[in-house]
Amino acid sequence: MADKIGIYVCHCGSNIAGTIDVEEVARWAGKNIGDVVVSKDYKFLCSSLGQQMIEDDIRSEGLTGVVVGACSPHLHEKTFRNACKRAGLNPFLCQMTNLREHVSWVNSDKAAGTKKAKALIFAAAERVKRQKPLEPMEVEVNPATLVVGGGIAGLQATLELADAGYLVYLVEREPSIGGHMAQFDKTFPTLDCSACILTPKMSEVGQHENVTMFTYSELEEVSGSVGNFKVKIRKKARYVDYDKCTGCGICTEKCPRKVIDDVFEAGMGYRKAIYSPFPQAVPRIPVIDAENCTWFTRGKCRVCSKVCPTDAVDYDQKDEIVELNVGNIIMATGWKLFDCKRIPQYGFGRLANVYTNMEFERLCNAAGPTSGKIVMRDGKTEPKSVAIVHCVGSRDVNSNPYCSGVCCMAALKFGHLVLEKTKAEVYSFYIDMRTPMKDYEEFYQRLLEEGMHFVRGKVAEVTDAARKPDEKGKLIVQVEDTLLGKQRRIPVDMVILMGGLEPQADAKELGLKCGISCSMAGWYTERHPKLDPVATMTDGVFVAGVCQGPKDIPAAVAQGAAAAARVAGMIAKGTVTIEPIVASIDEEGCSGCRICNNLCPFNAIEYDEEKKVSRVITALCKGCGTCVAACPAGVITGAHFNNEQIFAEIDGILWDAKPQAEVEIASV
Amino acid sequence: MKYAYYPGCSLERNAAAYDHSVREVADLLGIRLQEIDDWNCCGATEYFSRNELAACAVIARNLALVEPQTDQLVAPCAACYLNLIKTDKLMVDHPEFGKEVNQCLAAGGLKYEPGRVTVRHMLDVIVDDIGETAVRDKVVRPLAGLRVAPYYGCQVVRPISNNDNPEYPMKMDHLLKWLGAEVVDYPVKAHCCGGHMTQISEPQAFELIRRLLQNAQDYVADMIVCMCPMCQLNLDGYQSRVNGFFGTEFKLPIMYFTQMLGIAFGIDPQKLGFGKEIVTAMPVLEAKLGGQPV
Repeated sequence: MADKIGIYVCHCGSNIAGTIDVEEVARWAGKNIGDVVVSKDYKFLCSSLGQQMIEDDIRSEGLTGVVVGACSPHLHEKTFRNACKRAGLNPFLCQMTNLREHVSWVNSDKAAGTKKAKALIFAAAERVKRQKPLEPMEVEVNPATLVVGGGIAGLQATLELADAGYLVYLVEREPSIGGHMAQFDKTFPTLDCSACILTPKMSEVGQHENVTMFTYSELEEVSGSVGNFKVKIRKKARYVDYDKCTGCGICTEKCPRKVIDDVFEAGMGYRKAIYSPFPQAVPRIPVIDAENCTWFTRGKCRVCSKVCPTDAVDYDQKDEIVELNVGNIIMATGWKLFDCKRIPQYGFGRLANVYTNMEFERLCNAAGPTSGKIVMRDGKTEPKSVAIVHCVGSRDVNSNPYCSGVCCMAALKFGHLVLEKTKAEVYSFYIDMRTPMKDYEEFYQRLLEEGMHFVRGKVAEVTDAARKPDEKGKLIVQVEDTLLGKQRRIPVDMVILMGGLEPQADAKELGLKCGISCSMAGWYTERHPKLDPVATMTDGVFVAGVCQGPKDIPAAVAQGAAAAARVAGMIAKGTVTIEPIVASIDEEGCSGCRICNNLCPFNAIEYDEEKKVSRVITALCKGCGTCVAACPAGVITGAHFNNEQIFAEIDGILWDAKPQAEVEIASV
Repeated sequence: MKYAYYPGCSLERNAAAYDHSVREVADLLGIRLQEIDDWNCCGATEYFSRNELAACAVIARNLALVEPQTDQLVAPCAACYLNLIKTDKLMVDHPEFGKEVNQCLAAGGLKYEPGRVTVRHMLDVIVDDIGETAVRDKVVRPLAGLRVAPYYGCQVVRPISNNDNPEYPMKMDHLLKWLGAEVVDYPVKAHCCGGHMTQISEPQAFELIRRLLQNAQDYVADMIVCMCPMCQLNLDGYQSRVNGFFGTEFKLPIMYFTQMLGIAFGIDPQKLGFGKEIVTAMPVLEAKLGGQPV
């Protein structure tokens, strides 16, 4: 049967028609490409009328293949495949070629654009003639979900799903869930107590019948695909029996070893070698920090074991690997603070009374090391003046070019707390004040009225090198006040550096485990920056919270809920369609060399010991083509991307570069 | 290790102590310095603001004279160092300009291929190429008890990076610690000494110098250790004028880091140019280094 190809070229308003002569392309294709029976241009092919036109042509002309020259297949491939399906044509006999992102939007020369469009249409037509009907596969979605990260975004996602009746496994690296929000004193702009609004959610998660928590645990490995992931969790040795421990806390109380708490207390306070990070920790099961424990380092002590009323301390505990099956994964792995020592001229680590924002959060926290008293490093003197330096490690080409988004508001919050708790003068040194969300600008106005001083300018240095007698013993903030147009030196007692938000150190590595990528800055890449903000390019893997980019608590919570809603939708539907673009092995020709087994990044090829051949597990195959290229016998075929199809596409692109005789393949 | 050596004019006259100590220390550390034959003045800062092409041609002549067997050039003077590195960078970044410079050089039968020579400061050669172990191995007279303020100035650390932090450099801090000295965290270490400002406006220049001396004194430093002849001249030569101007009583020796290396290595102070400084270093060295014959 001869092919009957329909070609459709979209104007996309003026998006494509502005730089491509679409009418000419359609006319030309109808005349010059073989087997073409219909060739049309249309204002908006994605409109229902446009789709209807294609459907009608399929029925009336008996089309065997459809080429759509329009936008990126990312946007409308589904649309046109569905139109074909409705008209009775297998959706995989529809080929899109991208005339917008690949031609019209990146080019201003109409003649050149038209020429390139013709080549792309030619290629798609040659390809579609060789495409085979394929049937998508349906697989069931495992209703359990893995949430990685127990900060506010992960907690929100967990609760939404668990409350909807679905099983959630929550993995958290630290001994307790809660994340950074648990460290904060107040939240902006409402100034409500951070712990008071967070801890109810934490205990709800801890007690939820649908939630299984893995704290002090890390995501080790991910295999499988949407609907059916297999994940391995490393439960790090706690050296405390989870089931026996009642969380009474006697072990921590009696432990003789004090250690500086660099994580929860940001280095401002101490914890014991056996510890729970904070009083409201969930779970209340402590962990032993083996690096500092006297028993582990010197083989003496065992005090915790002796005092434990339930005999829960177990020094022989080992890391444990747990395997779970889940249908979807939500990554909510959060952020880390910019290392303020990377800007040495601001003095952090050199000058005692220079603090980071996280240190200051602990300093003014009622549950922190000074019980919320704002005092300097000597532990008793109240500062008479405080400088808050914005954009430390943000909006700076030498460190991070992006805006961390939350620091301006946090600085205003700090200003308010200092003014409320002390008699100090407070100075804010900002580049631009960024207060764009609900009630944020009003909070800025409030601080202006409360008497916080605002100096617009990027701080050059914080120094203890006094030039004048009144600078002696002070920290001097040297800044160009860009509103006054003057250099200023402002002596203060205390400096707070608003360190920026950075991706977790292992974000990239962790992302690779579940097949999601990072932006240049290291944040996880969402599927679409505007229209698909929590999905990723890997089906079944979602992102929420700061791991996708800097954001405040309300935005992180919204994303957590959004990701949960997406997952809940998948579970409610019950099945997911998997593209039939997979590899297959011709068993006749397979020598059983097993090269493909080891190369497959998705563990989708199994070896049949009896027949001594390899076989593709279709449900796991992603159609990446690695095995196809590697097979020494050339007996692996990638559906929809076989050699014939690819070579035909290349021939089509080069239609005008070939000797005249060969162009004949194109003519009827 | 072999390097081409560009001493520059200062090191022949007012900074002779720098030149002597660089050569002595290099010798001991196995750094072979081959002085460029017939080198000329780098033009300092003034020429650049008058005529960029002529300024670059004058400087590029020195680069062109570096023997083909070596691609590393050491310049101890901060101004020479920056001028050499800046000229090379301009020629690399702007090939058309590079061609013009080469047309000038052609008049003298010379040619320089932009990017061929890597310009290094003596501090970087010792810290990066020789390294901690080799330096520590050579120390026979540790500078224990001597409090030194490391002063970098502007031109070596900015605007072209020498792989140190341009705002708060640390390389000389490390080096002086290897010698056993007590290195103070000198917050003005990369502030300007005023350069040639003494010739234009003394009050401004003296204030810049005063800040540097004042801060070193506040930190109870025994001396300031520097790496630039201009800085040394300003802080040392104008110290008594500054004292007269402000009524202060600074008495801080200003030494080159290579002189301190030499002392720690046990080299005869005479050979290191000790005694050429105006605010004498002898009393403090004798007091702090336990009556050693300095």
